[in-house]
Amino acid sequence: MNRQSLELKGIPAAEGIAIGPAYKLGKEIFDIPKKSISEEEIPLQIQIFEEALTQTRKEILGLQQIISREMGKETADIFNAHLLVLEDRMFIEEVIQRLKEEKLNVAYICSEVLKKYISIFSKIEDDYLKERIVDINDVGKRILRHLTGRRHPNWDDLKEKVIVVAHDLSPSDTATMHKKKVIGFVTDVGGKTSHTAIMAKSLEIPAVVGLEDATAKISDGDILIVDGKNGLVIVNPDEDTLRRYREEEKNILYFTSRFLATKDLPAQTLDGKMVKVSANIELPDEIDSAKEHGAEGIGLYRTEFFYMNRDDLPSEEEHYQAYRSVVEKMYPYEVIIRTLDLGGDKFVSQFKVPKDMVPFLGWRAIRFCLTRPDIFKIQLRAILKASIHGKIKLMYPMISGIDELRRANYILEECKEELKKEGIPFDENIEIGAMIELPSAALTSDLLAEEADFFSIGTNDLIQYSLAVDRTNEKVAYLYEPAHPAVLRMIKNIIETAHSKGIWVGMCGEMAGELKFVPLLLGLGLDEFSAPPMVIPQIKYAIRCLNLEEAKAFAKEALRFSSGKEVEDFCEDKIKQIMR
Amino acid sequence: MPRVKKIIKVKNKQGLHARPAALFVQIANKFESVITVKKDKDIVNGKSIMGILMLGAEKGSVIQIEADGKDAYQAITELEALLLKDE
Repeated sequence: MNRQSLELKGIPAAEGIAIGPAYKLGKEIFDIPKKSISEEEIPLQIQIFEEALTQTRKEILGLQQIISREMGKETADIFNAHLLVLEDRMFIEEVIQRLKEEKLNVAYICSEVLKKYISIFSKIEDDYLKERIVDINDVGKRILRHLTGRRHPNWDDLKEKVIVVAHDLSPSDTATMHKKKVIGFVTDVGGKTSHTAIMAKSLEIPAVVGLEDATAKISDGDILIVDGKNGLVIVNPDEDTLRRYREEEKNILYFTSRFLATKDLPAQTLDGKMVKVSANIELPDEIDSAKEHGAEGIGLYRTEFFYMNRDDLPSEEEHYQAYRSVVEKMYPYEVIIRTLDLGGDKFVSQFKVPKDMVPFLGWRAIRFCLTRPDIFKIQLRAILKASIHGKIKLMYPMISGIDELRRANYILEECKEELKKEGIPFDENIEIGAMIELPSAALTSDLLAEEADFFSIGTNDLIQYSLAVDRTNEKVAYLYEPAHPAVLRMIKNIIETAHSKGIWVGMCGEMAGELKFVPLLLGLGLDEFSAPPMVIPQIKYAIRCLNLEEAKAFAKEALRFSSGKEVEDFCEDKIKQIMR
Repeated sequence: MPRVKKIIKVKNKQGLHARPAALFVQIANKFESVITVKKDKDIVNGKSIMGILMLGAEKGSVIQIEADGKDAYQAITELEALLLKDE
């Protein structure tokens, strides 16, 4: 079979090359687990079903309007058939009747009824009915999506390694993916620092995002090449292209293995300055990868994962066990735990958080925690309890000014008091850090330094807030410039202020993991780089090749440029010289 | 309450498929009466597109439509008109 070859251009999200079959996410939606319900739950389940129908109807009418405007009324009429299926009495009545009789969750029953229709229709030899199967499929998926939130497949059941193709990947999608089965990501939406991109980097999975219509152009089982470095996806490549990429894949392996050989050497400059290089992790399992890549600590342990893929809240014990295992495994190195950073592009179903118009400016991260001390305290207590098993530091995300830092510290003190009363031991001198990711925090870093033991610069948010660029919007993604002079001046200010107040500064944003910025950041005085495990050996290698005094001069020069592009070119030239 | 039955031979070229089926359901849904369609031994809800489609009534097949309710006469008249259209 020789399908047509096609090249799609998107935004590079995670480097590397993946070659394998496409696996489109979303088609497995009909496989819904069966759950028993009680007699009392029936009315609620019916209500959920009706709500899902209403939502689906709204969705279809909305789509119809858009299609009608863009492609004409004729085309939009397809959706009339969808609406007929959606409003079909036989279907609705059958679902409700079976729900009452069988007492099973409505999503399961609904999927069974849909499957029944599809199987009946597919047995009838008729072209028109074949088309209706497509309609039922489409409408059915929409209804089920509304009934279940989102669904993900069971990756363990996959027989071969696949490249996941999806419109978008939510944190709960990526959180369930195994590196063993998923070798690449391809999505329609998303920018360089969207959640998908971060997870892809952290999982070391090549990814291209923001392709706009990849899901429409790629079919299940198409052979794909994901070129994460150049943001290219090649669909059904010809033999030549395939050979070229296989060669390239080999080179990359060779390149990374070269640095892996020296991963355990310290990150010390030629003139003797020691710098710390740690890892960003999200899942406790990633500790192994961090250690394998020579990380000298965990500079960012994201804790949102606990709250995902579940209906209830994690208990103090669950938090504690996870933190304990991470710090014990990492000992004698330290682990910096970031407290809950929900919101923005990370949502969780347990909290009925109203959708903000501008989610990144909304009720999220520390703002959420400070108004829900009941939830915040569970985590803080668990971190304190785990602190006797190794070296823990903790940091708060999205601090906007001194008030929030004080209030968070106040709640922490309350937790300490409680534990003391309960006779539970903890590290009394646990270091507290503030993430500097808001321009307001950057500009008041002198005030924050008085009440924090360290800073960690979160460049992703700092850049998006400073440059007013929604980092998940691919239309403005080109404005997202880490080397923008405004950003560099802020970073310089944060580090200088912190050092004058006697505290150290790390960086855990994407920027710290970009090899080309290592000389610049080193020259600005950064004390700790925290990056995805995969790039750690290269960062350490680069630091060992540099001279601190030279780096300082280099940074000074870089700050003279008037545009981010010029700075980036300057940095790229420098790193090429070093890594030759 | 009137209850009206009518046996009809489908003249429509496409049978009770595609657009005619959709039209049939749309018309049926305008009425309060309960509407059923019977072909051979199968009886389905006349207001359900899936039901009608499952009957698989080709051109020339004989079906019985039944309406039960206060607007039964009107319903049968309009539905019959649709099925007899020879387009």
